[in-house]
Amino acid sequence: MGRYIARRLLWVLLVVILVTFLTFLIFFVIPPVDPAILFAGRAPSQRLIEEVRVSLGLNHSFWVQYALFLKRIFLGDQYGWPGFGLSFVTRSPIRENFLTRAFVTFQLAIGAAVVWLILGIFIGIVSALKRGRWQDRASMGFALFGVSAPVFWLGLMGLYIFWEKLHWLPGTGYIPFGESPSQWFLHFLLPWIVLALLFAAFYARMVRGSLLEAFGQDWMRTARAKGLSENKVVYKHALRASLTPVVSLFGADLGTLLGGAIITETVFNLPGLGTYVVRSVQNGDLPVIMDVVVFASLAVALMSLVADILYAFLDPRVRFS
Amino acid sequence: MTGRSRRDDTEDGQPLLEVRDLKVHFPTADGLVKAVDGVSFKIHRGETLGVVGESGSGKSVTFLTVMGLIGSRTARFEGEVIFKGRDLLKLPVEEMRHIRGKEMGMVFQDPMTSLHPMYRVGYQIAEAVLAHEATTKKAAWKLALNLLGKVGIPKPEEAARRYPHEFSGGMRQRAMIAMSLVLNPDLLIADEPTTALDVTVQAQILDLIDRLRTEFNAAVVIITHDLGVVAEHCDRIQVMYAGRIVETGMGRDLFYRGRHPYTWGLLQSIPRLDAGQSQRLLPIKGLPPSLIFVPPGCAFHPRCPYVMDVCRTEVPVLEPAGGPHMAACHLPMETQERIFAETVLQPT
Repeated sequence: MGRYIARRLLWVLLVVILVTFLTFLIFFVIPPVDPAILFAGRAPSQRLIEEVRVSLGLNHSFWVQYALFLKRIFLGDQYGWPGFGLSFVTRSPIRENFLTRAFVTFQLAIGAAVVWLILGIFIGIVSALKRGRWQDRASMGFALFGVSAPVFWLGLMGLYIFWEKLHWLPGTGYIPFGESPSQWFLHFLLPWIVLALLFAAFYARMVRGSLLEAFGQDWMRTARAKGLSENKVVYKHALRASLTPVVSLFGADLGTLLGGAIITETVFNLPGLGTYVVRSVQNGDLPVIMDVVVFASLAVALMSLVADILYAFLDPRVRFS
Repeated sequence: MTGRSRRDDTEDGQPLLEVRDLKVHFPTADGLVKAVDGVSFKIHRGETLGVVGESGSGKSVTFLTVMGLIGSRTARFEGEVIFKGRDLLKLPVEEMRHIRGKEMGMVFQDPMTSLHPMYRVGYQIAEAVLAHEATTKKAAWKLALNLLGKVGIPKPEEAARRYPHEFSGGMRQRAMIAMSLVLNPDLLIADEPTTALDVTVQAQILDLIDRLRTEFNAAVVIITHDLGVVAEHCDRIQVMYAGRIVETGMGRDLFYRGRHPYTWGLLQSIPRLDAGQSQRLLPIKGLPPSLIFVPPGCAFHPRCPYVMDVCRTEVPVLEPAGGPHMAACHLPMETQERIFAETVLQPT
């Protein structure tokens, strides 16, 4: 078990390094515009451009720049560990801004995850139990809607109805929990639901499918033959077997979201990592982009690892040897 | 011991289980599937009944119906299933649930897939106890250990903590038997209990069922497609074809005085040790009939080498042929005896 985790962690490291290299390469080889010119101000002289180039560290070769970047990530910089570096745009440390935004994204992702797990599993169970009847049709209709409706459209419609027309919600933006718990909740409610709908639809379909598969298993007949109540047969035996695939999917999905939910954050005006990275790409703010990429790939890789370990605890057949 | 007194109540010559004219029909998009079509038989305490037939003969469906494991939503039932004086087909769902696992247990064909892969073996057995008795988890676990020992699993404490995939096929089937016997049921139904196992393990499992039948004073039903399996382990045998019983009797009746051509076919398709090298196994020609379009008259007539005109129009009924021996065939008795002697007893 310990060896397995150690081996997997090495893979995580390798994946993250590979991802950073590719991202670095892309932004080095095809820069949107020469950053030195971009940040040198209006009508700069050649000397000024060169000075800016040096101060941004762009005078080094590709390999040296990449090495400096890795060094900053792994060994930290003067602002702490891990090193987030300086923004090209603001010339100030990225660290604090990044962490605040990561926390906003974190709250968005976790809240949405709770909503979609409850909704997806519940709908999946109902439609599997009522297979072929109106409850099943309604649930799968919802799932089709959830999968097809674009998030930005859902978000805008939600805002139009519940904010603009009904005045049930106070609007967009981020209110920290410490400032006003009720406002925090009301501001997050719609983003959570909108973001969760897409996932809930996928999860409902998956739970339905794997439950129906479980219903056909021989051990279900055994469970009934020993006289278990129908509730135990369904909610203990069948559900137990069908939730294990959900766990591994959930790990990967949550990991992806932790790296930023660009559309949802944009629609609801939330200062998370998604909006951060979009702005940085537009500005050519390479250090910020790199930080978000590292963080996002790390989140996916680590959450998948956690999911795999959890899976092994849930399904004894896949315990590592 | 409540189990004892319950048992004594019915020791007055009444059969433990009596099935009367049972019909189980499944409506499907293609038509009505007559899986069981008028079956009557009795089982007494302490006896072992062998039920033989090809796939689709209705042997499993009959006993899944007895267990109440066929949903009333998918099937239509007719007739009576009298178990210890109660008609199980009329019992409320919740009462039937308490009979399953407690008063009758069932062992299934494939032990590889019949146990839940994510629960420990001991837990799955204890679960059967907890479903019926108001006892502690600890007591249920102890009972599970006890039963695992009785079915011949070494080191029950260790084995109970294992998962099914860590067991061999034979061990899993032993665990299944332990699970079905844990509450000391009156009737044990074993549906092809050895089909999925190695030949050496098959004999062990059948011996185990024999031994436990005596120890638990239960009646046992062994469902199989293999006459060889039932020969040694069953008192009475009943042969099913297309949802009906075509011949029934003591083992020796069928093996030495078989009267139905289908029984002969089954006998000729098992290898015999006394036949020497010259014996050829004779398969029964043709396929089992569709249960939607069952042939008129005797359902076996399209495959029967001795078919007569009457077989095509009239359904034969079970006629007594001495003692418990009965067969449903239009052939005159002398003809049956002659053909049996010529073709089955002395294969040339």
